[in-house]
Amino acid sequence: MTALAPGTLPKSSPRGNAARARMLRSLLPALSLALVLMAIAWLNPRAISYFGFNLMLNLAIPIALATIAQMFVIAGNELDLSIGTFVGFVGCVTATWLRDAPLIGVAVLLGSIGVYALLGALIHLRNLPSIVVTLGMSFVWQGLAILILPKPGGKAPDWLLAIMSFKPPYIPFPILAALLIAAIVHFGLMRTSYGVILRGSGGNAAALRRAGWSLLKTKIVLFALTGLFGVLSGMALIGITTSADANIGNGYTLLSIAGVILGGGEFVGGRVSPIGAVIGALTLALAASPLLTFMHIPPDWQVAANGAILIIVLAARVLISRRER
Amino acid sequence: MKKLLVLSAFAAMLASGTALADTSGKKIAFSNNYAGNSWRQAMLDSYAIVTKKAVEDKVVAAADVFTTADKEVPTQAAQVQNLILQGYDAIVINAASPDALNGAIKQACDAGIVVVSFDGIVTEPCAYRVVVDFKDMGKQEVEQMAKFQPKGGNLLEIRGLAGTSIDDAIHAGILEGVAAHPEFKIVGSVTGDWDQTTAQKAVATILPSLPEIVGVVDQGGDGYGAAQAFAAAGKPRPTIIMGNRQDELKWWKEQKEKDGYKTWSASIAPGVSTLAFWVAQQVLDGRKDVPHDLLVPYLAFTQDDFEAALPKIKEGGVATHEYTQEDAIAAIKANIKQ
Repeated sequence: MTALAPGTLPKSSPRGNAARARMLRSLLPALSLALVLMAIAWLNPRAISYFGFNLMLNLAIPIALATIAQMFVIAGNELDLSIGTFVGFVGCVTATWLRDAPLIGVAVLLGSIGVYALLGALIHLRNLPSIVVTLGMSFVWQGLAILILPKPGGKAPDWLLAIMSFKPPYIPFPILAALLIAAIVHFGLMRTSYGVILRGSGGNAAALRRAGWSLLKTKIVLFALTGLFGVLSGMALIGITTSADANIGNGYTLLSIAGVILGGGEFVGGRVSPIGAVIGALTLALAASPLLTFMHIPPDWQVAANGAILIIVLAARVLISRRER
Repeated sequence: MKKLLVLSAFAAMLASGTALADTSGKKIAFSNNYAGNSWRQAMLDSYAIVTKKAVEDKVVAAADVFTTADKEVPTQAAQVQNLILQGYDAIVINAASPDALNGAIKQACDAGIVVVSFDGIVTEPCAYRVVVDFKDMGKQEVEQMAKFQPKGGNLLEIRGLAGTSIDDAIHAGILEGVAAHPEFKIVGSVTGDWDQTTAQKAVATILPSLPEIVGVVDQGGDGYGAAQAFAAAGKPRPTIIMGNRQDELKWWKEQKEKDGYKTWSASIAPGVSTLAFWVAQQVLDGRKDVPHDLLVPYLAFTQDDFEAALPKIKEGGVATHEYTQEDAIAAIKANIKQ
């Protein structure tokens, strides 16, 4: 990139242009996060501290995990509208069975990942639109959550509380966790050969089929991974809130989709970025809540302002991807 | 930076010079999880009226309101954490969940912040709770019903938002009341979500399958919808307990003028937000004897006094009461005695 003189780029070299746009696209999530952080630092300097980051970002961990979960489904050209209520369901299991009867709790959580895998198989075999199937499932998860926990309550297992309130030296735990999640998923999906196949199943399914790969298997794996990260998200959430509520995760469905898109993913074509998705989730978590609280907007306008911030952040992303085309 | 420090020190000197109470330098935030119905709007209006005056009178330095964009628990937990970072001295909260916010509430307490919850209360022991006795309200509904329908009969129950502590408490009270009055039997139950339209739809759906209904016990915000559903189905008008909403009381007045229709109305006054504000102020003032659970009465109207209250309620609004500092002190005193 740096070798090319600025004047020589436009039109004359479409390839260089595309590369630059791709570079911009991968940098955009980090840029928007930096912008939001700068705004927060300007509005409330004391938030930029070990204590401040801990408070502002710890609820971003479950959002980041839910975003990664959504990213796997989006990588396979599908959409999961049930991830929010699924996180709520996992939360209810975590705050009840996982504490009182760990074996049953673990079995139920593993079983729910199995259900996700089966959903993947069903969607592939019957060629069903995933939006419809997962919308239906969202009511199933919500119903199960209310059955387990008819009124808010329960308590997170002590080991989970200990993990989520872990205070490592120098680097706040949420940042450490975000780095870890991004690194692991990036390695698995972007650097391993099966990761390429998984992404390829969304990008060019026909080519993969001709090359002899089982698309049924890739879909099952993608959905199972979604289930796995959904479980992690629900557990992380309960580790922070200490207690559950059947409606606790409902907002995560749209947040996770927005996080993936903000992080450089596309709805079609297996184009996703795990690092971007984690950054996107952090940006959303920061832009929606701390930034808004620090801005001192009159109460009548707060709800609308929240929406406006999200639109501005996402619009910047769209502008850049348009240049790419 | 230095300039800022000097300025703020100067400001602090000025503030302490004009101080009237010990809390004049304190900042109180209000964390609210929802603003989308008449009750919540009245709650915010009352709060704004009382706190604006409190700030003008230099009782407190600031009383800002923060409403979350969705009704979700994690959003409000994040909001509470941000209020901690903002350096507020107290947080008045109407919580999205009684338990699931405890993590954030505990963090606030640990940071030395006074937390006072009301309406949607939090169970974290370090917080204060301004509680309306919803269970007693539910029980009272059946007691009143027994006065209007001495012969007893079939009741229809309209529930509130599923999974909330308020719905649970009113329902428990109604069951207790029915147990004490065996002449009544609940033959049907629908979910009205404290909303007239939802209640009307739900009641209209279940009505054809029900025997004759003599009374409707509900949770407020659903009485007018129920009345509409009965009228549309051509069924005889039962005794419907009201919930202090303007449309409900207006309908009651019309019916009373027509044929002397009798009923009873009760609900939590949205202005209880202001009571929570004063309780926070009292704790900040250094009072150590404030009980963590404060029981306050609900606001009820009877056949004799509802018409006087009706003109004061905004169109589409709900009857409220703004509390004063003296009210808070009296409420604290009443609860210490118990």
